[in-house]
Amino acid sequence: MADLFKKLGSLPVVVGCLFITTLYVSVCNLAFPEGSALHVSTYTVTLFGKYLCYALLALAVDLVWGYCGILSLGHGAFFALGGYAMGMYLMRQIGDRGVYGNPELPDFMVFLNWDALPWYWAGSDSFIWMMVMVVAAPGLLAYIFGTMAFRSRVSGVYLSIMTQAVTYALMLAFFRNEMGFGGNNGLTDFKDILGFSLQSDTTRIALFATTATFLAIGFAVCHFIVNSKMGRVVTAIRDSENRVRFIGYKPENYKVWIFVVSAMLAGIAGALYVPQVGIINPGEFSPLSSIEMVVWVAIGGRGSLYGAIIGAIVVSYAKTRFTAIMPEAWLYALGGLFVLVTLLLPKGIAGFFPAIAARFNQKKLAEVKS
Amino acid sequence: MLRIFCLTLSILLASFSAQADEFSQLVNQLPSKSLRNITPLLEQIAAHPDERTKTVLTEILNGDLYYKKNNKQVVSIRKTPDGDYQLTDVLTGDDLGTASKSSMKKVKTSNRIRSTIRGLIAQLDLTHKNAEVRLAAVKQILDSPDDETIELLTQLVTKEQDSTVADLMQTAIGVNTLKNGNAEEKLAVAKALRDSLQPAVRNAMVNQLALLDEVEKSQLSATEKQLKTELTSAIDKIKQKRSIYEFIENMFFGLSLGSVLLLAAIGLAITFGVMGVINMAHGEMIMLGAYTTYVIQLMFPQWIDYSLFIAIPAAFLVSGFVGVLIERGVIRFLKGRPLETLLATFGISLILQQLVRTIFSPLNRTVAAPEWMSGSWQINPIFSITYNRLYIIIFALTVFFALLAFMKRSSLGLHVRAVAQNREMARALSVRSDRVDAITFGLGSGIAGIAGVVLSQLTNVGPNLGQSYIIDSFLVVVFGGVGNLWGTLVAAMSLGSINKFLEPLTGSVLANIIVLVGLVLFIQKRPKGLFPQKGRSAD
Repeated sequence: MADLFKKLGSLPVVVGCLFITTLYVSVCNLAFPEGSALHVSTYTVTLFGKYLCYALLALAVDLVWGYCGILSLGHGAFFALGGYAMGMYLMRQIGDRGVYGNPELPDFMVFLNWDALPWYWAGSDSFIWMMVMVVAAPGLLAYIFGTMAFRSRVSGVYLSIMTQAVTYALMLAFFRNEMGFGGNNGLTDFKDILGFSLQSDTTRIALFATTATFLAIGFAVCHFIVNSKMGRVVTAIRDSENRVRFIGYKPENYKVWIFVVSAMLAGIAGALYVPQVGIINPGEFSPLSSIEMVVWVAIGGRGSLYGAIIGAIVVSYAKTRFTAIMPEAWLYALGGLFVLVTLLLPKGIAGFFPAIAARFNQKKLAEVKS
Repeated sequence: MLRIFCLTLSILLASFSAQADEFSQLVNQLPSKSLRNITPLLEQIAAHPDERTKTVLTEILNGDLYYKKNNKQVVSIRKTPDGDYQLTDVLTGDDLGTASKSSMKKVKTSNRIRSTIRGLIAQLDLTHKNAEVRLAAVKQILDSPDDETIELLTQLVTKEQDSTVADLMQTAIGVNTLKNGNAEEKLAVAKALRDSLQPAVRNAMVNQLALLDEVEKSQLSATEKQLKTELTSAIDKIKQKRSIYEFIENMFFGLSLGSVLLLAAIGLAITFGVMGVINMAHGEMIMLGAYTTYVIQLMFPQWIDYSLFIAIPAAFLVSGFVGVLIERGVIRFLKGRPLETLLATFGISLILQQLVRTIFSPLNRTVAAPEWMSGSWQINPIFSITYNRLYIIIFALTVFFALLAFMKRSSLGLHVRAVAQNREMARALSVRSDRVDAITFGLGSGIAGIAGVVLSQLTNVGPNLGQSYIIDSFLVVVFGGVGNLWGTLVAAMSLGSINKFLEPLTGSVLANIIVLVGLVLFIQKRPKGLFPQKGRSAD
């Protein structure tokens, strides 16, 4: 029994926290009327839903960066691809309620005088198919990019810059109207999902609960991956790729594999994000937003799964508060966080408490010894 | 002394006004002439050496020259929105206020007189003592020829001293012959003008060929057939020449873009290539350089033409100083942790951007271009080189070779290379690696500042200026091979050219994407770039 708990580590705590939060939020939002002290507004629910999406995304980044040493500055691309897949489905759900009232084509296509859906929009009205795309599209991109990059042993900062170049190129491409993804404006004005109105409180709560569930599942998956035998090899690759290779493993296979899993997680995060915020546009591909993801992990603590979640939530919350109070100061704060965390807290928040504890223990040890 | 001066001045003034009076008299006679006897007066006016002749004639030609009914004063008018006339003294250029329509009378012209005037104006310009004015006049005739001016040209061409002007006159006459001459004359012209690059010549030839194509082959005379083959070959030759010049032009644009990339990337090549430090704030060093240019220009508004020469060292110092601060303050604590360095410098770049936003506002600023950088060098009618791009290419290469010389020839450069190759060994040989690091970083940042000065001449200066160049610069460095300055040069120039050659085919955004994707693929194949550093290290 104790063995099992050790194996599960922080998993029950995280899942438990998520469950309690979800329960609290949904009960307080639905059961208590507006104006009651215990009421949680739908705005807050959506906001927290957004943070949980970010947390899932941070998990994905942490999995490759914290455990495999691949600093991806392009995870925003996977996130956005998942988001666009969901956005396409939601777009088709609008049906003839759009401004132009075309039952088949989304408004922006009517505006561009297109008379049929492009081939890659085929099947976009099927929820199942698009959910497959949510993981398949980022996964495929990660597989192609990963195989090519890791096979030719591109690593370290080169890889980071290349991932950044990929997301930058995708951003430029998605900004073009001819791409068929709404260009500058992206996809927006969604009405409902699976027949439920996106504006209603119950749908919002359901989305929130789904996000929390997926975060819990994602956490569990990551937890088992990093604690499995495979995960050990991955961690070894992070610490010294060449030695792992000399022992006889093929690091590139492990790297591709973990990169694809991470991209899929990011895609799921994107798909959960879009119905809650109601828009997806090429801005999500921008290198800056990808770097922001890395900051969450750096601040939360790379190489610690719950640290990534904490980091994402704390930084996003700080961003919301800062941009509301002094929008000017946010970039100073974000930039300062980058510098200070890398200089002073190389293991992030998650590494902070163990370090204090260790110091305390050492002191006690020293006292005992003397 | 003063008296003599005053005397001279008054004499000068008197003689000037005497001449001017003569001209005014001529102009003031205009109202009294009828349509039939106005021509001699116009010729007299045109023959007068006064500079205002052209203005007066143009005003008459446009039907804007009027006189007051009461005192016969000659004025030029502009119609105001409420139907009145805005008067200007045609002789002095003074504003005379407005007058009602009924109090004014137009200086009458007829079609014949207007064509006379057109001829007179053309003659004025064509006989101007300045060859450039003559050339401009001929160019205008080439674009919109009419029979009288061509006739005039045929008279003038024999007297023309300047060979360029004479050639162009011949061309203009030739174009006219192509349109209106008989088959033999056309044939002669087609042979003579087959080397001309003037667009008008090509248009005339294409038109002629189209006309000949319309006629049945059997109905063409022998000369016409010959003319047809001659025209076809001439057009082909012109097309060929044009495509060569188009290629050269693309190449030139590509090289100028490459020079900008080179300047932006070369500082990075030092910090990244030599120190192994990823500096994401490099773009902001460029931006600081651009803002330094802006500030210098604000400080010396009277010396716009020369302030660039102050701005270049100033930008180098400002960006270099900030670079040294960053190295001393942050980067040296992160040695051997490249990914962390990347994050920390990215944080610095955010702070610097926001700082500039707070100080200078988020709006874009424009830096005025000095006189000597504007304009272009017209090599032939279809190919010209803009001076600013030319200077940028020269400047970028100068900076490159200066840096190369510094790295290869100076003792400090030797130390920098030594630390880059083997830090421990260099330290053992008493190279102060800390100092070398700071200097290297300062140097790289300083050169980025210089790149900012150049960029300020090409685009608006804004807080995001550097960001748009950072990814490109990294790709240039990685493409060329880290730690290899020559590689950076080749990579920058080839990326610039590829981009410019793709642009007309695909549009600039798609060209950008294609280059990015191509580079990503290239790096897969050759992870160490075009010119990899040789070594045997393994971690």
